[in-house]
Amino acid sequence: MQNPGQSRLLNADFIPSLCERIRAAQASATRLRIRGGGTKDFHGGELAGELLDVSSYTGVIAYEPRELVLTVRAGTKVAEIEALVAGENQMLPFEPPRFGEAATIGGTVACGFSGPRRPYAGSVRDFVLGARIVNGKGEDLSFGGRVIKNVAGYDVSRLMTGALGTLGVLTELSFKVLPRPATEATLGFEMDEAQAIELVNRWAGQPLPISATAWIDGRLCVRLSGAPTAVTAARAKMGGEELPAREEFWRDLREHQLPFFRAGEPLWRLSMPQAATPVSTPHKQLIEWGGGQRWVSGALDAATLRAAVAKAGGHATLFRNGDKGVGVFQPLAPAIAKIHKRLKDAFDPAGILNHGRMYDF
Amino acid sequence: MAANPASSRRSEVLAALRAVRPALAVIADRESLMPFETDAYISHRETPMVAVLPDTPAQVGEVMRIAHAYGVPVVSRGAGTGISGGAIPRDDGILLVLSKMRRILAIDALARIATVEPGVRNLQVSEEAAPFGLFYAPDPSSQSVCSIGGNVAENSGGVHCLKYGFTLHNVLAVRGFDGDGEGIEVGSEALDAAGYDLIALVTGSEGNLAVITQVKAKLLALPESTETLLAAFASVRAAAEAVGDIIGEGILPAALEMMDRIVIEACERFMGLGFPTDAQALLLAEVDGGREEVADSFARMKAVLERRGAREIRVARDERERADLWRSRKGAFAALATIHPDFYTIDGTIPRRCLPDVLERIVEWSREYGLVVGNVFHAGDGNIHPCIFYDANVPGDLAKTEEFGGKILELCVQMGGTITGEHGVGIEKLRQMCVQFRAPEIAAFHDVKRAFDPTGILNPGKAVPTLKRCAEWGGMHVRGGVLPRPDIPRF
Repeated sequence: MQNPGQSRLLNADFIPSLCERIRAAQASATRLRIRGGGTKDFHGGELAGELLDVSSYTGVIAYEPRELVLTVRAGTKVAEIEALVAGENQMLPFEPPRFGEAATIGGTVACGFSGPRRPYAGSVRDFVLGARIVNGKGEDLSFGGRVIKNVAGYDVSRLMTGALGTLGVLTELSFKVLPRPATEATLGFEMDEAQAIELVNRWAGQPLPISATAWIDGRLCVRLSGAPTAVTAARAKMGGEELPAREEFWRDLREHQLPFFRAGEPLWRLSMPQAATPVSTPHKQLIEWGGGQRWVSGALDAATLRAAVAKAGGHATLFRNGDKGVGVFQPLAPAIAKIHKRLKDAFDPAGILNHGRMYDF
Repeated sequence: MAANPASSRRSEVLAALRAVRPALAVIADRESLMPFETDAYISHRETPMVAVLPDTPAQVGEVMRIAHAYGVPVVSRGAGTGISGGAIPRDDGILLVLSKMRRILAIDALARIATVEPGVRNLQVSEEAAPFGLFYAPDPSSQSVCSIGGNVAENSGGVHCLKYGFTLHNVLAVRGFDGDGEGIEVGSEALDAAGYDLIALVTGSEGNLAVITQVKAKLLALPESTETLLAAFASVRAAAEAVGDIIGEGILPAALEMMDRIVIEACERFMGLGFPTDAQALLLAEVDGGREEVADSFARMKAVLERRGAREIRVARDERERADLWRSRKGAFAALATIHPDFYTIDGTIPRRCLPDVLERIVEWSREYGLVVGNVFHAGDGNIHPCIFYDANVPGDLAKTEEFGGKILELCVQMGGTITGEHGVGIEKLRQMCVQFRAPEIAAFHDVKRAFDPTGILNPGKAVPTLKRCAEWGGMHVRGGVLPRPDIPRF
């Protein structure tokens, strides 16, 4: 355990030495593999390059509950941040999956991961207010800010969200946080996939306090969040059966700990228009986010799946395991790929940051 | 002797634009171009070389192809309600007016998506969605006239963004053309898209990254219930504390607006709403959502206001009374305009806890400059709109006003805030961009621009200053030890 004084000292040195390391890597064309807690090594393209461990840059820089704004160093553990804000009856509204207790906030933002509350509260990108980064030229840059309303300059902090570290190393991040709902309850309904998709979309068009949905094996689970009176009233309107102790269910869903997520099998994530009718797959699906995020576990033909998903207006990601040679992410339209390549070349001209983690750059 | 190169290029571009089939409106005579000389940043104007008014995305594509081929700048505009000068034309460029493209292409009630052309008015989206029990959340104060394309370009906010977010949070996908003249679609109908989050860049890019031809907007369930109140406070500090307490209490109001004494007095004279004229601050607060949720938060919010010493709390009992309460806020600028003919609205954001200090400084400067300032804030998110009054007929008054405004924005940066909360940079705040950002950050913005528009034909000279201009202005070293509050990181 470091003493606080020592940690401050390490923190003070961190960004200058990171800049130096990246400048050296750029000069020698040495590829770097950015890593925080290492809980998301499974995600994205094959890992390549020298390890660049950024997990030591930790701590809360500022937290103003009454401003709804939190600023942290990127190596800070998600678990610590969630405990801190819970102490003020607040939350990270995007309910980030951790995939391991070592998960850092930097890794979460780099992956762009959001959890069950995403369609109803917003995504990690929606709540990022600012980012300090070191780009592939070893420059220490700050974008966005620590205030909720800000339209100065292009929104580079949100560009960094989900860029898998290919444009820069995240060092400090600011977020908008929100009050935690007073109560939550989970309702269960028996129905098939198509019915569930339609129903959750119809509900989403009504002023109901829904904060998560999941359909699996013929059962739809809906989480309600809000004032006790609001949750009770919504229960009466929606019907269904109240399920006891479901906090664990939503946690296990978020962390991919439900039996559905079988170890070792390829896991596909289908990001779909929420109301899109079911895409048929040889293996069963778990459908969350009001139809917007659908999981399939098992071997599938990438091209066939991607064509079917694209036709419905979505995209498919080989989220975990499987043959990454087929491309982890849905191929981009040529005009969009061109813009990606130019952004990459500008932010990381030597192509040293997380090469190949997203696409072939 | 041949005509000069600029005029021969002009004729070639005009001929190419007139040859587009099906034909589109091409306006090139000086008199007809006059209405297009400025947007709502009326202190600056310029006559475009030519204005075109396409009816279809295909025609926009043709215009972009021509612009790219001839290397002619393109300024796109919708209703022209922007107040930072983002749509002010160039005398050597094409003004691409998208206001004729105003079809609502689809309202998908189940998916809660409105697919619209860029010229559709903001309020119209909500009106079309209302029969389905849905609405489009961002509501800039110009919502009855401003268009969606412009909203996306500016990442418009509004009075309800503390709860509902900006345009970015309410748009799923955007179609348009990049600076190469290539058709692009960013975002998707799903909740995310593959690759980099390009829609986050395009939204708020002030016409610098793409010309927008179609927007897929997210619709939300209309709130079942809305409660609105107006509370009077003896000081701005007390009102600001009350706002902090409301949020600390775990309440997320849909709107939290504050007005200072100058505004209250003007409203009183103009509208006679009967508020205590000795009040130093008024707080307009609104909660909306499901009936029970609203009842719960409204009761808690009222309790906070009473505890914080609100001197009078007026609760709207019906829609008419709600509209009356909002009149004090929405009519504030009109009321102020009765005092002085011309005003200049500032748009900075600060951490809300700095509000009383910032206001005191503004009052001090107001005395120094001899200019009256009325203050209206989106108090929930710290977005301040000081309104400086001047007389355009007094020589030097505008320049003095702009200097004063610039000082306020720089103060916002010093406080850890930003130079624009929702109005955009345009040409108005280019100079303050050099205060908020350092050279490598400005350079990164130019990199982003080049990724979409390598030849720099899209709205050149707006939103991001050149490094050269920043160096000339000498504002480029705020973080190099000169910053008055070095303990506040700026990002």
